[in-house]
Amino acid sequence: MHHIISIKDFGREDIDSLLDKAEEIRNKGIYKRTLEGKLAAMLFFEPSTRTRMSFTSALNRLGGVAITVDSVEGSSISKGETLSDTIRVVSSYADVIILRHPKEGAARMASEFSSVPVINAGDGAGQHPSQTLLDLYTIRENMPLDGIDVGLLGDLRYGRTAHSLACALTNYDAVLHTIAPPGLEMPESLMNDMRKKGLEIIEHDNLESAVKELDVLYATRIQRERFPDSASFSSIANSYRITPEILEDVRDNLILMHPLPRAGEIDPAVDNLPYAKYFRQAENGIPVRMAMLEETIL
Amino acid sequence: MSRKPEEGLMISPIRDGTVIDHIPPGEAFHVLRILGITGTTAECLSVATNVESKLSGCKDIVKISNRELKKEEVDRIALIAPKATINIIRNFRVADKLSVHIPKRLEGVIKCPNPGCISNSDEPIPSKFMVENGTLRCHYCDNVITRDIVNYII
Repeated sequence: MHHIISIKDFGREDIDSLLDKAEEIRNKGIYKRTLEGKLAAMLFFEPSTRTRMSFTSALNRLGGVAITVDSVEGSSISKGETLSDTIRVVSSYADVIILRHPKEGAARMASEFSSVPVINAGDGAGQHPSQTLLDLYTIRENMPLDGIDVGLLGDLRYGRTAHSLACALTNYDAVLHTIAPPGLEMPESLMNDMRKKGLEIIEHDNLESAVKELDVLYATRIQRERFPDSASFSSIANSYRITPEILEDVRDNLILMHPLPRAGEIDPAVDNLPYAKYFRQAENGIPVRMAMLEETIL
Repeated sequence: MSRKPEEGLMISPIRDGTVIDHIPPGEAFHVLRILGITGTTAECLSVATNVESKLSGCKDIVKISNRELKKEEVDRIALIAPKATINIIRNFRVADKLSVHIPKRLEGVIKCPNPGCISNSDEPIPSKFMVENGTLRCHYCDNVITRDIVNYII
């Protein structure tokens, strides 16, 4: 049984083969109903808009059907049922479980109790592999994953999408550049882990100079609640804002990515520049999640 | 004038059981906690701390009567007492000698320090850690413990 829990479980060949599959699905244009008659249990214990919708969309396009609970309130979970019991029961109702849960490691545990494959759709501050796979897919659509300079910008201390992407890049010959406000730098232990795996990491304290060295700039949200007051948040947020001026003299092939939703990190004036790929990135969630569903269910 | 006490006078020999020797000074009680031996369990114990040692200067010793520790139990203490030696005693004689080896996985020994980890909820799962170069990585949330491991003993 093939679960998808963490990008750390993926080697280079696994990533490449899944991205190839996603590309094949997209190139066909007309989707085969390969999952006709298959049921996916959507267990979302946390709010989600785009992940939930894009998994549902991917499933429906392949002919599968989603079964779901509307909300945790009124369900057996609000009566104190453990997640492990919920998973045991629900896995007898469906062919795959797509799980989002506030606790880190919830999907890993679920995979140990489930009789059907589990796909992790985000577990608290932990892993969100479908996001990382669609990020890699978006980069690969524009350039090879080897021999590139990838910059991560924003909250690199807590930002799970940035951590997962960095981990995935250890499989490739990429150079990682980090650009984070003071106090929100990438945890030292994580950087050490990645350096041990051979990833070169260059830390920058200035976006304007760093951006000129990049092929990919991956921005993440800087959250207001990480700062003691709104004045210090505003001053930091402004100095890490991507504007058309910042993007003067960058490499021609630069692509600008963001997991969305954005909160002022990218000036809307950038949206029409050729570098902006973040909406395409969101769209890429569909073929990538279709590939994940086929991979786990079939 | 004070006389230097000899080891044999401080803890009497046991007929049957286990002697854990060469525990780093001050770690004897942590070793007992890891082995699940608390004040409420039935074992008859002798504990000596800060005993003079020719090899290391100072050490702790634990003697547990009428219980022979198993290899997997012994290995659990490796993280805090990597040089410990274990003597299985039968009828006052050393019947077997074991040394500790750091296990690859630890189950139900260490509590994950991450309050957001699923292993800290009501789920029916033991904590699980992978041992990697003296650090511990949570099987569920990937949180890494690099120091003060004794603080997280369950």
